[in-house]
Amino acid sequence: MSAVQYAVSDTFVLATRSIKRIRRQPDLLIGFTVQPIMFVLLFVYVFGGAIETPGLDYVDFLMPGIIVQSMVFGGFVTALGLSEDLKKGLMDRFRSLPMWGPAVLSGRILADIGTNIIQLVVMFTVGIIVGFRFSTSAPEVIAGIALLLLFGYAFSWVFAFIGLTASSPEASNAYGFTILFPITFVSSAFVPVETMPSWLQPIAEHNPFTTMVNAARALFVDTPAGNDIWLSILWSLAITAVFATLSIWRYHRAVAR
Amino acid sequence: MSAECAVETEGLRKRYGDVEALAGVDLRARVGSVLGLLGPNGAGKTTAVRILTTLLRPDEGSARVAGFDVVKDGARVRERIGLAGQYAAVDENLSGLENLEMVGRLYHLGRKAARARARELLASFDLADAGDRLVRTYSGGMRRRVDLAAALVARPPVVFLDEPTTGLDLRSRIGLWEGIEALVDEGTTVLLTTQYLDEADRLADRIAVIDHGVVIAEGTSDELKTQVGGDRLEICLEDRDRGGEAITALTALADGRPAVENGTLRVPLSRRTGAIAEAVRRLDGAGIAIDDISLKQPTLDDVFLELTGHAAEPESNGDESR
Repeated sequence: MSAVQYAVSDTFVLATRSIKRIRRQPDLLIGFTVQPIMFVLLFVYVFGGAIETPGLDYVDFLMPGIIVQSMVFGGFVTALGLSEDLKKGLMDRFRSLPMWGPAVLSGRILADIGTNIIQLVVMFTVGIIVGFRFSTSAPEVIAGIALLLLFGYAFSWVFAFIGLTASSPEASNAYGFTILFPITFVSSAFVPVETMPSWLQPIAEHNPFTTMVNAARALFVDTPAGNDIWLSILWSLAITAVFATLSIWRYHRAVAR
Repeated sequence: MSAECAVETEGLRKRYGDVEALAGVDLRARVGSVLGLLGPNGAGKTTAVRILTTLLRPDEGSARVAGFDVVKDGARVRERIGLAGQYAAVDENLSGLENLEMVGRLYHLGRKAARARARELLASFDLADAGDRLVRTYSGGMRRRVDLAAALVARPPVVFLDEPTTGLDLRSRIGLWEGIEALVDEGTTVLLTTQYLDEADRLADRIAVIDHGVVIAEGTSDELKTQVGGDRLEICLEDRDRGGEAITALTALADGRPAVENGTLRVPLSRRTGAIAEAVRRLDGAGIAIDDISLKQPTLDDVFLELTGHAAEPESNGDESR
């Protein structure tokens, strides 16, 4: 086999490992299924009545936003898994094997794409039950889904870097949530940016989440797209390039703690 | 560098900030032998293993494993080594079988071969019945056996075992020792780090004693013991207050001055033949009653104390492992 074939096969071997783990740890499975359902229901029924979204029902406004958020957080398993591998010495084993090293990362990230697909199915199902409707054509919906997965993929690399940098699995969880939660909320995901204080609006408008959420809205509920679709592709590629480089660099220096 | 050495290092140095983990280490392990790296926590054993398994780069010096330089030819080294250690680096959410299969596939054995090898190893490590259970249900000893088996998946010519039995109970340790001995019988070269003297004594052909990043003694277990001194008599007196008299009675027999502590006399000997009878005769002649008498060989504990000025066994079992 060639080096490229080894890289692909090593990635699949390790992706299989990550997927098996999710099935065997019910708390992780809950993170992927029950938690997004809960968020949709909370926002639609608790906040929904209080938030004005001109031109759209709140559920149609919310679903693209909350789905982007769940795609971004889908990668937390990667951070958790990598820092556990470091802590338990598995990283030492992998690094002593004649495998393609970055497969330790790419395997997890491939598994994230799998779990993100599961999340998408769960969330669209719940969304449709509580009244969400697509108002675009099938090719646009498919393009939107592909874009969401790309964005999730980019953020898996962010989580990979966090997992390889944090001092423990608990710390990596804390970093992930304290950094990413405010960033997802200061965006157009849950409320229209115009309702925020004027000093916050420019931050929210330039937030890549806003770009991504607006692109998803354009592709699912037919809001005006502007440049958001292209910009969100660009953001995804840029985030991937930066964090994949950083993560691979960290991986080669990673030693069990 | 000679061809018959499976592991060979010259002047290895590694520094973490202000701490010099390795301060110029030379090691040699002949093909098919077991080299024991003996030292307390923090002596530099794990750092040496990390360098030899390509996980860390040395600051200075060179190391060859199975004929390849660990820095320049890391990929070739990784094809020829197995690593197991104090962490029991196995995935708890996979079964024993799945763990070994995964490692086999990462050594690029192919799906079928990886599975067959995994089954074979489970059988030989007495884990055949537990193979389909998740590792998180295993006992500590079982985890270490899976970890050791994982190091052997690709039948590597050189295996590194970093404190393979630290924290295990005696029964599990003996089980693991038997596994390691079987491995050596097949001709595998083993570099074993340990802080247990009995472990080095039982398993290693040659022992390098390491302390504060330096090898302070090297040789077979017998050579190291001879270095500390030969056999000695240990005599318990019935009346512990008569130690001084007993010393006077035995001085002619001793090679050096006998010592007494809590009524137990230690008499260094140059010859062991007839020593017990002679000592009994002399003490009897002086009217000193004996409770117990025995001939003792020096242990590696004595070696360690002699060489380092402190005992080998750790007082507490901390996680610090550099």
